[in-house]
Amino acid sequence: MLFHTTGRRVGAATALALSLALVATGCASSSSPDSTDGASNSGDLTITFLPKNLGNPYFDTSSTGGKAAVEEIGGTFAEVGPAEAAPDSQVPFIQTAAQQGVSALVISANDPTAVGSALKEARDAGTKVVTFDSDTDPEFRDLFVNQADSVGIATVQVDMIAEQIGDKGEIAILSAAANATNQNAWIDLMKEDLAKNHPNIKLVETVYGDDDDQTSFDKTAALLQTHPNLKGIISPTTVGIAAAARYLSTSDKKGEVAVTGLGTPNQMREYVEDGTVTAFALWNPEDLGYLSAFAAAALVDGTITGKEGDTFKAGKLGEFTVGADNTVLLGDPFEFNKDNIGDFDF
Amino acid sequence: MTTIWASAKANSRTKTYADYAKPLWQRYILNTEAAVILGLLVVALVASVMVRNFASDITLYYLLRDVTAILLMALPMTLIILTGDIDLSVASILALSSVTFGILVQNGWPVPAAIVGTLLVGLVCGAINGFLVTVVGLPSLAVTIGTMAAFRGIAQGILGTKAVTSFPVEWTNLTSIKIPGTGIPVLTILVVVLILVFAVLMHFTAFGRGVYAIGLSTEAAAFSGINVERTKMILFLLSGVMASLAGIYLTLKTNTARAENGTGLELTVIAAVLLGGVSIFGGRGSMHGVIAGVLLIGTIESALRLANVTSDVSRIIVGTLLVVSVVSPSFLGWLRGKPKRPTSPGIETQAILTKS
Repeated sequence: MLFHTTGRRVGAATALALSLALVATGCASSSSPDSTDGASNSGDLTITFLPKNLGNPYFDTSSTGGKAAVEEIGGTFAEVGPAEAAPDSQVPFIQTAAQQGVSALVISANDPTAVGSALKEARDAGTKVVTFDSDTDPEFRDLFVNQADSVGIATVQVDMIAEQIGDKGEIAILSAAANATNQNAWIDLMKEDLAKNHPNIKLVETVYGDDDDQTSFDKTAALLQTHPNLKGIISPTTVGIAAAARYLSTSDKKGEVAVTGLGTPNQMREYVEDGTVTAFALWNPEDLGYLSAFAAAALVDGTITGKEGDTFKAGKLGEFTVGADNTVLLGDPFEFNKDNIGDFDF
Repeated sequence: MTTIWASAKANSRTKTYADYAKPLWQRYILNTEAAVILGLLVVALVASVMVRNFASDITLYYLLRDVTAILLMALPMTLIILTGDIDLSVASILALSSVTFGILVQNGWPVPAAIVGTLLVGLVCGAINGFLVTVVGLPSLAVTIGTMAAFRGIAQGILGTKAVTSFPVEWTNLTSIKIPGTGIPVLTILVVVLILVFAVLMHFTAFGRGVYAIGLSTEAAAFSGINVERTKMILFLLSGVMASLAGIYLTLKTNTARAENGTGLELTVIAAVLLGGVSIFGGRGSMHGVIAGVLLIGTIESALRLANVTSDVSRIIVGTLLVVSVVSPSFLGWLRGKPKRPTSPGIETQAILTKS
């Protein structure tokens, strides 16, 4: 009696398990054709993008550019990535790409060395490695696509402020941390540029908001109080520029004091739309992804090997030359203003 | 536990335990461990057929390298969960060990000495957990939530956002060399030895039976002469040392000592242990189930990555599996035609008697 009941239940459970298995395998078969097709058909160009993590608007935008480029070239595009940006979370995805035998891997590295041995293995397996946005140690990749160089970043910010305040008056800089290497390099270059090309603009103070929203907000308030004749603020950090714009947007100095610097469209949108900010700059991640994909394709088909002086064509962006340290420069930063900000979502 | 067992048996020759009334094959087939092993085989088989590039040596190689750190931490975690406790601080001990190891090597310590020094740090971390749980008598969940934050905080305090990346090549290579002619990393041998040590400790020693007894009923265990405090202390010490070993492994594997290493890994470890059929209430589970659980998670993730399925989807699948595995004991209980399975610790010791 007991055994009979058990037998029926075992039967029911087996049937359930079988149907689950069928559903599961059905899913697998429906998802695999588009993703694995071509992955190992030799001769086909497959380029895999591996951002720092998924669900990040910045990388969604760069992958959009990458996808467009790969489709233009006629290859197969894939985007994979970890859920969090931990130092070694990209390693399994690099290994997988090597295993799939993809032609090229385009990666923004979470850590310059933690992904190193995995990238080395991938390159040994014949996969070309292009880094973008965030480089690894140079020995681990074929090419680094740099979003912007220091001179370009400094120049565009000085040009924007000069244009917005009529090339004369007092300005201040709202930076991140006092010892941030890249910030200080840009500030030094901006000072040189101001002294040389804009004698009527006077830099009265540089303050540090530590890339903290509240601190940057308070420093902006203090700047406006101590310098009543202030005409403009440059903030070469995305946190700083957003905090400064937020303070200004509700203060009576709105429209009188210009704010510019490096920011992202999503953070700056409301301040551009309400007139607090006229223009700000950053590189265009979509172009960055687009260029990286073309660079990867050029490495795969042998147009370039990654050494200095190699040139390749990158679709609508034109021709690029590989510079020192196997690096390609995207170009001058991109200026966002009221007319184009609607086109970006990152 | 053994005492209760013997007296119950002596009392009634005509009565039997429901679990043991089944034919042997049912007792072996209808349990969570068997289901997990079957699941592992099915996933491996399906993936070999459907996912391109899956059926290769290199898949096995990467899989074994990826699960090593998780396995090392899962071994003592199994024992801790068997006693009804939990250790959430393992990934933070891993990070602190990684940072310690990096600092020691950077300061010119020979690697073997740095390994010993790092393992001592792990031991101290385990001792702190053990002290708070056994001597102070706090619940392990609360203690290890605290030390989880504290240990990683110390690691971040020591190294900040910097990283140590200058480890001797012969040591970093050690994590990647294979047994000649196979896809199996050499270090897997060490892992297998440790698995065997833990399996013997768990299943074939008085200490191991004591661990089960504590999980089933702490009071009954104490009354049967098991030193509950000492047992728990030893388990937390083991957990600290093994997490430390995992930290050294991960540091050498990635050639990077960082305070962020292994972020969130404690949940993967606990998930694997539970998926392997260890009851979160303690007292039930086995080593082969846990090993299969770790490999099952690793295999599913590896197959999905190869099929270019995004990491969100593989998380949903692993999460669902985990829920299923936690629910399945009740389901299997129903399958065996037994009354609703007891889920609180202690109840399992009461003999459930049926007519034969």
